[in-house]
Amino acid sequence: MNNQASNASGGAPAKRTIDIVNASLKRRYAAEKRFRFLGVGAVILGLLFVAILFADIIGKGYTAFEQTYIQLPIDFSPEVIDPVGSRERDTLSRANYQKLVRDALKAQFPKVTGRGDTRELYRLMSPGAPQQLRDMVMADTGLIGTTADVWLLANDDIDMLVKGHIDRDVSEVGRRVKNQTIGWVDILVEKGMLEKRFNTVFFTNGASREPELAGIAGALVGSVYTLLLTLLFSFPIAVGSALYLEEFAPKNKWTDLIEVNINNLAAVPSIVFGLLGLAVFINFFGVPRSTPLVGALVLTLMTLPTIIIASRAALKSVPPSIREAALGVGASPLQTQFHHVLPLAMPGMLTGTIIGMAQALGETAPLLMIGMIAFIVDVPGGVTDPATVLPVQIYLWADSPERGFVERTSAAIMVLLAFLIVMNLTAVLLRKKFERRW
Amino acid sequence: MSTTVEEVSQSQSASAITSADLEKGRTFEGTIGDITSPDARMVCRDVDVYYGDKHAIRGVSLDIGKNEVVSMIGPSGCGKSTFLRCLNRMNDTIPGCRVTGNISLDGVDIYHKKLDVVPLRAQVGMVFQKPNPFPKSIYENVAYGPRIHGLTNNKAELDELVETSLRKAGLWEEVKDRLDQPGTGLSGGQQQRVCIARTISVSPEVILMDEPCSALDPIATAKIEELIDELRENYSIAIVTHSMQQAARVSQRTAYFHLGDLVEVGETDQIFTNPSHKLTEDYITGRFG
Repeated sequence: MNNQASNASGGAPAKRTIDIVNASLKRRYAAEKRFRFLGVGAVILGLLFVAILFADIIGKGYTAFEQTYIQLPIDFSPEVIDPVGSRERDTLSRANYQKLVRDALKAQFPKVTGRGDTRELYRLMSPGAPQQLRDMVMADTGLIGTTADVWLLANDDIDMLVKGHIDRDVSEVGRRVKNQTIGWVDILVEKGMLEKRFNTVFFTNGASREPELAGIAGALVGSVYTLLLTLLFSFPIAVGSALYLEEFAPKNKWTDLIEVNINNLAAVPSIVFGLLGLAVFINFFGVPRSTPLVGALVLTLMTLPTIIIASRAALKSVPPSIREAALGVGASPLQTQFHHVLPLAMPGMLTGTIIGMAQALGETAPLLMIGMIAFIVDVPGGVTDPATVLPVQIYLWADSPERGFVERTSAAIMVLLAFLIVMNLTAVLLRKKFERRW
Repeated sequence: MSTTVEEVSQSQSASAITSADLEKGRTFEGTIGDITSPDARMVCRDVDVYYGDKHAIRGVSLDIGKNEVVSMIGPSGCGKSTFLRCLNRMNDTIPGCRVTGNISLDGVDIYHKKLDVVPLRAQVGMVFQKPNPFPKSIYENVAYGPRIHGLTNNKAELDELVETSLRKAGLWEEVKDRLDQPGTGLSGGQQQRVCIARTISVSPEVILMDEPCSALDPIATAKIEELIDELRENYSIAIVTHSMQQAARVSQRTAYFHLGDLVEVGETDQIFTNPSHKLTEDYITGRFG
């Protein structure tokens, strides 16, 4: 080696190779250090932004998990609820529960008189409070004729005031809650009749115009139905297509064309799939609009390319020796695929599927086209009931002017993220279960 | 310094030989020696294989007899593996591969249009160059073939078949206590014997071996060679090997392939002591290859 170097420099006093190597070492290590430093920097920056995102969302949203309630001694007077005494469900459900709430409030603040002031007083309570009483009476008719202390939902303005989102120092003109009302709230707090309790409404109610009555349940159930159906439709179709294209289809111009098109479909803007769904599924096939069923069909179209591409990559990574081994003992091509290749490719396919599903979970645009942006109060009971999904619900709330929806938007994002984490965790566990070495 | 120059000149002369051989190959006159076997199982006549435009093997005719080991030797790329893979139609899986000529197993044309390759591959088993056990337990590896073909009626019969196969492969004593462990966790030589056990579990007529020892150490190789000799009693074996010593040790007949032609066939002793063709002599005396 040294001889060669000396020959190359034409017999002049040779520079030893090791000296040249040593001279370049410093530069090479410096380059390595720079690269490592940039890498660590990028990771830290990324983590920082994730931390900021989470801190912001949780900071804004955690208050939504508590809701202000006011305790009132309610007199379930038979004269108001059921003057005839028939105890028929029809009568009970139509009774004037609002009067019960108002009477109880008036009893608490007997000094309040005059039309305007009384109306202000009534506005302490949520429009959902009478509904709460109705549900109680319907569940237990024995309550009629008794008096009970009941925690009722406060209005969203009161909730915001208690949570400190409405500034008491602002002049009364520019404030949603008047001085008089603040006085009442303070009295109630002093008496221990006003407190923040865990917000079950948020998890059990559907959408509502009133922030204090709005919940995530409808969107959550809608998302679950939609995703389950999407998984049910897309996974078998995608795995089947990948298997056929990768292992069985002849390699010719047609299959090349199909491959190019699948790759292109993965990059098509999702709203186009929404338009397609509207035209084909709703207008042509008559699938009911706004339902998880049609949503899932559209999202299936959208996720298929992603899963197919990932599945084909997973199939390609299975060593050909496994196929040869199976064929060599006389397994048919289908047996080879299903007994040996598919189990080995499954972890990769599941990863692709979960990426596709995560994409589908966060998708809003195509669903707008098929009516899943509708304002739906009821929690869907099936896949053909009108429903909405989490991201659409978040979008709708973020668009609402009431202050109470700000924290609910963040809380809904938290639920969405939790949903996503649970999904990914399941995928990781499934991968672990299926993963095999070869 | 001086050694480097010598090496270079040597490699140049080696490449000179091969390009000259290419010319010779084109005017190839025919196989020397007796291609037939008195008790032939597989009969191949005028087999040509094309990979797309490339003519990989030309007009090869060879018999594989009962209870004999036929070894195929030759420099890399001479088509011996290609020929071997024709015998159980493994070449079907390679896109663009075309086989012409006539190959029959016990008088049945295996390239007949209506022939089903699945039973053919059960009859003509194959052991590959790299040990390729399934990523499943040792038991499952051996039981897979009998299971898909439905060779046994119950678990006890299957257990017995797995045991006899592993015994024949000389592996039973080593793995009998850990049949449920993954086959991929064994050593290379053991893996290759699992693959042999897997092949013989479906009782094939012919076993094809494509350089079965090339990834193994000498001790594992010796075991496999011993095994091949034992298997000869029940099966016909065709083996491709890069090791001439191995061919000399295990086979009764040897076929020398060169650039797609079958140059010479004969009794192993005769090929290694008194080859007729100049190319065969050059190869076995280590002039090139």
